[in-house]
Amino acid sequence: MGMQNLEELFQQKIDKEVKIEPKDWMPEAYRKTNLRQISQHAHSEIVGMLPEGNWISRAPSLKRKAILIAKVQDEAGHGLYLYAAAETLGQSREQMINDLHSGKAKYSSIFNYPTLTWADMGAVGWLVDGAAIMNQVMLTRTSYGPYARAMVRICKEESFHQRQGFETLLVLSKGSKEQRAMCQDAINRWWWPALMMFGPRDSESTNSDMSMKWKIKRKTNDELRQQFVDMIAEQVKLLGMTLPDPDLRWNESRNHYDFGEINWDEFWQVVKGNGPCNKQRLDARRKAWEEGAWVREAAQAHANKQRTRKKAA
Amino acid sequence: MQQALLDYTLYLADSALILGQRNSAWCGHGPVLEQDIAITNITLDLIGQARSLYQYAAQLKGGEATEDTLAYLRSEREYKNCLLAERPNGDWGQTILRQFLFSCFQRELYTWLAKEKDAILAAIATKSLKEVNYHCRWSGEWVVRLGDGTAESHTRLVTALENLWPYTGELFKGADYEVALGLDPATLHTSWLSAVQSTLEEATVSLAPHASCFMQLGGKTGVHSEELGYILTDLQYLQRVYPGCDW
Repeated sequence: MGMQNLEELFQQKIDKEVKIEPKDWMPEAYRKTNLRQISQHAHSEIVGMLPEGNWISRAPSLKRKAILIAKVQDEAGHGLYLYAAAETLGQSREQMINDLHSGKAKYSSIFNYPTLTWADMGAVGWLVDGAAIMNQVMLTRTSYGPYARAMVRICKEESFHQRQGFETLLVLSKGSKEQRAMCQDAINRWWWPALMMFGPRDSESTNSDMSMKWKIKRKTNDELRQQFVDMIAEQVKLLGMTLPDPDLRWNESRNHYDFGEINWDEFWQVVKGNGPCNKQRLDARRKAWEEGAWVREAAQAHANKQRTRKKAA
Repeated sequence: MQQALLDYTLYLADSALILGQRNSAWCGHGPVLEQDIAITNITLDLIGQARSLYQYAAQLKGGEATEDTLAYLRSEREYKNCLLAERPNGDWGQTILRQFLFSCFQRELYTWLAKEKDAILAAIATKSLKEVNYHCRWSGEWVVRLGDGTAESHTRLVTALENLWPYTGELFKGADYEVALGLDPATLHTSWLSAVQSTLEEATVSLAPHASCFMQLGGKTGVHSEELGYILTDLQYLQRVYPGCDW
């Protein structure tokens, strides 16, 4: 069968909503795009453990501490499913991790912002997980089978995290003057970076066209961002807080909220590595990996010895 | 008697919480993803145990006491955790061995408490035992892996044993509240030692050099190492800075 035929058959499957599975033929660019996206997503889960992990030791009650630890642990679990999904495309987890550490592979820029107060635990859950869910719900229907199935499990946990985040802020919003100020401040700092999570404007996005055709993505960056703004602009009212955007207002004719312009210079600076925590996050990941090397070697050596002993017995 | 029971419950709760707090620093920083998840499970179990115990202690204490006032508003000299729990994480070897020595002790202790006359402590012990059995197995397997693995991991495990062994004696020395309750932890020592010894043997590590080691005491009666002040500073920060708030 000619290459062109294979590509046609592949596209027909996509058009008929048949999932692509690891052993199916796929165009090299499809494999690469999925590998890049899934591994990037896995890295985001793992790096994403750091900003929230920052508050585990200082959580203000035992219940909050347990919830926060469980949440950060869930992210480790998500990382694990996603690395496994990415491995079906022919790259080892170790290689992916090396690419993260060398800076070759990216992760979501949002995790390059610092978590400065306890209220950030709420804002991250509500806004960051909230923005992630928009994308992830869409990805439960993505064309690559292992990715879509991983996303189904992840979405269930993420929507729980988002509610927990909102509830954390709700308690602060009903609390003391200092707690309310802490709540508003966290929303102010996380709002714009959360909007940036949807990526460049559609007119500037390089990977979008093919990803839509192959149904890796099903909605554009701008569509998802609008959906998010519409949702959060309503929810913030329940907190009695505001979003830091003077241009935010309901537009009757569009049936959507209008909102102000993102600071794209900041967006690109953080992507390029100049965010407030890019260096700290990568250093922390590298340190954990390097300091764990002797542990991984010991486990391997022990397993090898066990095998040899079994054979000898 | 009521005071002794309260102190004893706080000793159990504080030990679980402080070790959980220590372990929680690994979350996001483990040597490999699966083990990051595993130690965090143990952390969550320990914090869960601490919560049940503090809730009981709050009930014994009465008044306005809650699990959080007990965990967040008592000072260094009021905390009764064993010294072993507050030892620094060190490397993975030290964290593993600390967990193993502690979990094996908890297994003996909870098995015993599960049959004691205080119904609530017995219920908490029974429920926790399922978790503790897993903690013993997981940490014991790691002790063997590290002892048997490479020359480096073996050396690190031996160093961890040197660092931690002096803090094990306290577990078996009855504090005044244990004496008052007629609970003598010395009775748990033989079975604990034989479990620890058998795993260490499998890990090819000898306990002989530590046979007559000097044992540090104090944690159970509120005289801690310098470490605890920093642990509590971190743990209690928000409650101390913003007193009387709901979170």
